[in-house]
Amino acid sequence: MAKGEGLPVLRSSRPAAGLLPARRLGANLRQYWDLYLIMVPGILYFLIFKYLPMWGVIIAFKDYSVFAGFAASDWVGLDHFRRMLDDPQFYLVFRNTVLISLYKLFWGFPGPIILALLLNEIRSMLYKRTIQTLAYLPHFLSWIIIGGIMVNLLSPATGAVNGMLKWLGFEPVFFLADPGWFRSLLVISDIWKEVGWGAIIYLAALAGVDPQLYEAAVMDGAGKWKQLVHVTLPSILTTIIVLFLLRLGHVLDVGFEQVFVLYNSMVYDVGDVIETYVYRVGIGQSEFSYSTAVGLLKSVISLILVVIVNKAVKRTGQEGIY
Amino acid sequence: MRMSRGEIWFHRANHMALAVFGLLALSPFVHILAQSFSSYRAIISGDVAFWPVEWTTEAYVKVFHDPGFVRSFAVSVQRTLAGTALSVVLTCMLAYPLSRAYIRGRSAIMFLIVFTMLFSGGMIPTYLVIKELHLMNTFWVYIIPGALNAFHIVIMKNFFQSIPAELEESARMDGASNTGILLRIVVPLAMPAIATIALFNAVGQWNAFFDAVMYVTDSSLKPLQIYLRELVMSGQSNINTTDSLERQLLAVESLKAAALIASTLPILLVYPFLQKYFVKGIMIGSVKG
Repeated sequence: MAKGEGLPVLRSSRPAAGLLPARRLGANLRQYWDLYLIMVPGILYFLIFKYLPMWGVIIAFKDYSVFAGFAASDWVGLDHFRRMLDDPQFYLVFRNTVLISLYKLFWGFPGPIILALLLNEIRSMLYKRTIQTLAYLPHFLSWIIIGGIMVNLLSPATGAVNGMLKWLGFEPVFFLADPGWFRSLLVISDIWKEVGWGAIIYLAALAGVDPQLYEAAVMDGAGKWKQLVHVTLPSILTTIIVLFLLRLGHVLDVGFEQVFVLYNSMVYDVGDVIETYVYRVGIGQSEFSYSTAVGLLKSVISLILVVIVNKAVKRTGQEGIY
Repeated sequence: MRMSRGEIWFHRANHMALAVFGLLALSPFVHILAQSFSSYRAIISGDVAFWPVEWTTEAYVKVFHDPGFVRSFAVSVQRTLAGTALSVVLTCMLAYPLSRAYIRGRSAIMFLIVFTMLFSGGMIPTYLVIKELHLMNTFWVYIIPGALNAFHIVIMKNFFQSIPAELEESARMDGASNTGILLRIVVPLAMPAIATIALFNAVGQWNAFFDAVMYVTDSSLKPLQIYLRELVMSGQSNINTTDSLERQLLAVESLKAAALIASTLPILLVYPFLQKYFVKGIMIGSVKG
């Protein structure tokens, strides 16, 4: 796909000039009062549903009481954070979060690149489109549906995978309840759902490579492999680096929905991540203040990571995320 | 240009590898589809792979006659329609003024919006806010707390900015009002971007279940995804409790398969449109290659 085809890209932000720039605020408000007015619902939305919860994190430093509300509950300082540091479950959950995220990064990150490189070599548009269409499809299904399909495929009694294992003479495995398999299943299902979707951006980058570079390389006697190493990969390297950095910035976001759908008490030790832990302790056991403290720690670390990563991305000469 | 022997082999291997990959991506769906049209006996004995065995549509008949399925399907349709409509309207109402240079304070507002992409109060404070607003166990909890998305606002604002200011100026010369310009000139021109965020929203609404898990206990408000979860993950559906044992057994595997297929169908129907817009949509918002 060509750059900027059909829709504008982020960078083309040319401010539209007003006809009569009203210099004084009063005149400006009077001329455009209706445009200021239609912003009100949206601004209220952000204040109520985004900024009020941000203010609500003060309950991490309080002993929140449902009856007293955010403001009137008693302060307890850093008690909840101290409890967090003494809580072995917290370490387990933090470790799971980072591990699962890094596994997904290690195994999942190259997938879309390889898929895009292979697709890019296909000459027949029909064939290419067909494969691409099949590859995007799982992205649009909910984790509930993907989870349902996995339960079906992996069922010890009737699942196709265990059917195959039995046919080959192996013992059936109860995959979803097996701590040894659970993280692998998270990684594999994540790749299956997102690999085609992730390839889109690399395909766009590959479409932008100057064909003359390939012609020159062929003239110099480069085969397919040399073309890949000396033309293709260097051309898409910045895209790869930027996307890699962006993923690193979100290393604590494992994907709540996926884990929530797939996990069960048999695999808590390997599958429980910060968000599912916050949900279970916070909503399940109504420990609002403690779980807010855990969630706040995650948000703060994430914010710091994203800011650092954004700096790094800008250093590569790209536009950051903000 | 003639290909060398190595290149020919590369192309053959590449076509094969991608064909295998495409089949792998598709095979779970085909397997489930085959199961949904097979008899329970055939499934349990492991005869069903990619083609229905002992063809029957009984599972679908049962699913579509289950009041729980019909009710939750209706909830999902309603929340998808209402949620998408509200979201698109509110996004345009906020993004358009933010795209105009003559609106004061727009960069401050934009910063506050983008900041919510980087930091949030988290799950529990959000839950408490929604609880104190008495949105729990209401249909509105599906529509209002997710009504706006910072990323969609960025997309729309950038699109509005790309519409030439001269169009607006000449309309103003002809006596059009601010909102008249928005409704009659800007919105029609922005239809591709509006369609993109509408599809983003619609798929999100159709697939959403977290809000229902968090905020809804009333079973008449449960969306399809929750129904599916209860059916597939824990088998808690009330389906078939009055039938004979054979029919109860049918409930287990082929019913799950039929329910999964029935809930995927709406996505598959809009998929051709989705693909066209989404591929562009992801390009607008993503880092340029």
